[in-house]
Amino acid sequence: MDAVMLSRLQFAVAVFFHFIFVPLTLGLSLLIAWMETKYVRTNDEIWRKHAQFWGKLFLINFTLGVVTGITLEFQFGTNWSRYSEYVGDIFGSLLAIEATVAFFMESTFLAVWHFGWKKLSKKAHCVCAWLVFIAGNLSALWIILANGFMQNPTGYVLRNGRAELANFFDVVTNPYAWGMFAHTIITAWLLAGFFMLGVSAWHMRKQNEHADFFRKSFRFAAPFTLILALAVALTGDLQGKNVATLQPAKLAAMEGHWETAKNVPFYVLAVPDAENETNSIEAIPLPGMVSFLSFGSFDAEVKGLKDFPKEDRPPLGPTFWSFRLMIGLGGIFILVALWTFLQRKKDEPHPRLLSVLPWMIPLPYLAIALGWAVAEIGRQPWIVYNLMRTSDAVSPVDPGNILFSLIAFIVVYTLLGILDIYLLIKYARKGPEEA
Amino acid sequence: MLETIWFILWALLWAVYFILDGFDLGLGALLPFAARDEGERRVIYNATGPFWDGNEVWLIAAGGVTFAAFPKTYAVMFSALYVPLLLLLFALILRAVSYEFRNKVAHPAWRSLWDLVHFATNLVAAVLLGVAFANLFRGIPIDANGVFHGNLLTFLNLYGLAGGLFFLVMFALHGALWMCFKTEGELQERSLSFVYLLWPLTLICLLAFLFLTAFYTDIFKNYIAMPALLIIPLVAVAGLAGVLVMLLRKKILLAWVCNCVFIIAVTFFGVMGIFPNMLISSMDPAASLTAFNSASSELTLTIMLGVALVMVPIVLIYQFWAYRLFSHKLTPNEVVNDSHSY
Repeated sequence: MDAVMLSRLQFAVAVFFHFIFVPLTLGLSLLIAWMETKYVRTNDEIWRKHAQFWGKLFLINFTLGVVTGITLEFQFGTNWSRYSEYVGDIFGSLLAIEATVAFFMESTFLAVWHFGWKKLSKKAHCVCAWLVFIAGNLSALWIILANGFMQNPTGYVLRNGRAELANFFDVVTNPYAWGMFAHTIITAWLLAGFFMLGVSAWHMRKQNEHADFFRKSFRFAAPFTLILALAVALTGDLQGKNVATLQPAKLAAMEGHWETAKNVPFYVLAVPDAENETNSIEAIPLPGMVSFLSFGSFDAEVKGLKDFPKEDRPPLGPTFWSFRLMIGLGGIFILVALWTFLQRKKDEPHPRLLSVLPWMIPLPYLAIALGWAVAEIGRQPWIVYNLMRTSDAVSPVDPGNILFSLIAFIVVYTLLGILDIYLLIKYARKGPEEA
Repeated sequence: MLETIWFILWALLWAVYFILDGFDLGLGALLPFAARDEGERRVIYNATGPFWDGNEVWLIAAGGVTFAAFPKTYAVMFSALYVPLLLLLFALILRAVSYEFRNKVAHPAWRSLWDLVHFATNLVAAVLLGVAFANLFRGIPIDANGVFHGNLLTFLNLYGLAGGLFFLVMFALHGALWMCFKTEGELQERSLSFVYLLWPLTLICLLAFLFLTAFYTDIFKNYIAMPALLIIPLVAVAGLAGVLVMLLRKKILLAWVCNCVFIIAVTFFGVMGIFPNMLISSMDPAASLTAFNSASSELTLTIMLGVALVMVPIVLIYQFWAYRLFSHKLTPNEVVNDSHSY
């Protein structure tokens, strides 16, 4: 394998692993801050216990999110030095702003929250919880603005052999980035909702001594999860329209759409065949649906893959299948969230629902990974859309070094991932502590 | 002008990272010597527990600012330092995990494992930072295309290793001073005995490093050209001397602060010594990257300066507040009975 492929693989391993931990951080911090607000308002100790129990799981999850994020910031330099040199003027400043504006705040106030239960007044402690939530989500915004520049570069000018900042306002109002940000954080909150429902349902199903405690969490999370499941679909639709306008080749690959045409149907069953530039199976058409979902009109023209030179097309299979699977999971989320919502007031929700919910926990993780696969693989062969090719971006580093570090990443991350999941399950099962 | 301001800010961010994460790294590297039983080990972890994460963000800020203000230096430096930098990152990953995981399972073997990881990763990180900076002061083999011609052994030369040892001892002193501040009774006495051992060691390492610096680098050229800069090494000496003075007056926190001054001055001594270079090429002086030939556009530097001038003071204020909040002394008893501690 060459340095480009190895570096891509290494970045993929590092970023996908990092993003296992981030969504729960983004969403659970909201639920915890909300629970603690209830504690401050009602003075009911039970809400403090809720905030502390979910807070413990939050902390186990958070640490790996932090440290795996650091490696990402440095990997642009270690593995993508040509890219860094070319766009650092813009891309680098967004990362630096993320650290100074958001990440300092998140880590400092999380530590205060973690160790400060006896040191701060109830209100001040609760404010820390909200600051952690705000800082975490603000951090996501700046990172996605940076990613947005790779997807849809705005506000730059080509000068001195590189992309230089021309208009900061255009960089931070990039429509692609805001669409992606909305879709990303809403999905992250949904994941946290399902996480809370899943852990709670496990205890309720066991009918153990904590069942009453978790019934409260269950009722708390149920409406939240339903609203978010619907919002995920809505923001996904909006971002789909962004992609249709800004990245037509990606859209064509997501839909397996070959010939430019109007009134393009969506095939419920389709199997794309990149080699023969066609779909080997196309069945159950929904007339005009791709046109409608992309541009809001059944008659709209949608560009096909054949309109793009072969070297400018993204890898078809991974883009297409990741997208399909993600959409399917999104549908499942709405159905399960609706079922949960309808059962939430019952003292004994349907046992089948309670057995299903713990198994739902991994699915939003999978959907999020698939969504990023669509966004990033679908961006290929560009590292910056229509501006710089991924193959021109890599560092002049010995591929042997990259192979070695890639193996190290896989080994270390796998071990840490297993330990972290083990600890999460252990503490989720243990339930709230007395005191 | 903007480039010069950013060069100084760049040095300042690294210096702040060193004084803050320096005591975490140093105390972590002292763990097996400083603690004799489980309660004492817990005290050591919790002495830095509320701080390590916020401290580490200064590394991210320093990296981010290198990227934003000097993208070409960021690109060439970090790809040239590929192996040592990834080793540092893996060490920091495992260091962080050791804090969070250690106390989550009660089994002694699990805890011993993470104690070993904590010790080894803090030690390795401290040494690697020293090795990296010594090599930056000296210059590394990069060509005009930013391609690095060397391997890990290129960095492990005599001067690089001396830098590693110096940083380790300096951070260990910093950590021992922090432990002294955060503990009382027997633990505090033990940490004091470390301080009295590490202080002269730091002085010896400093002198040896300076001696080697005269042979291996051109750092002193800047000081000869601009004698006013000699205030920096004077501040360093004053800082290190101040540590001893404050200790004798039993003002532990001020002793730690004096050591902060020492570390900042040491960082500035090296970095101002290579100014305006940021990455010196030992192959071809023309291939060296400077604050001027690797900087971002004026617009980016201006906007980032605005962000830094507003945000960095705010960050310093709330981090200072958090430090004050957790400045109390820790005892083994208290730590073991607190369900929120590490």
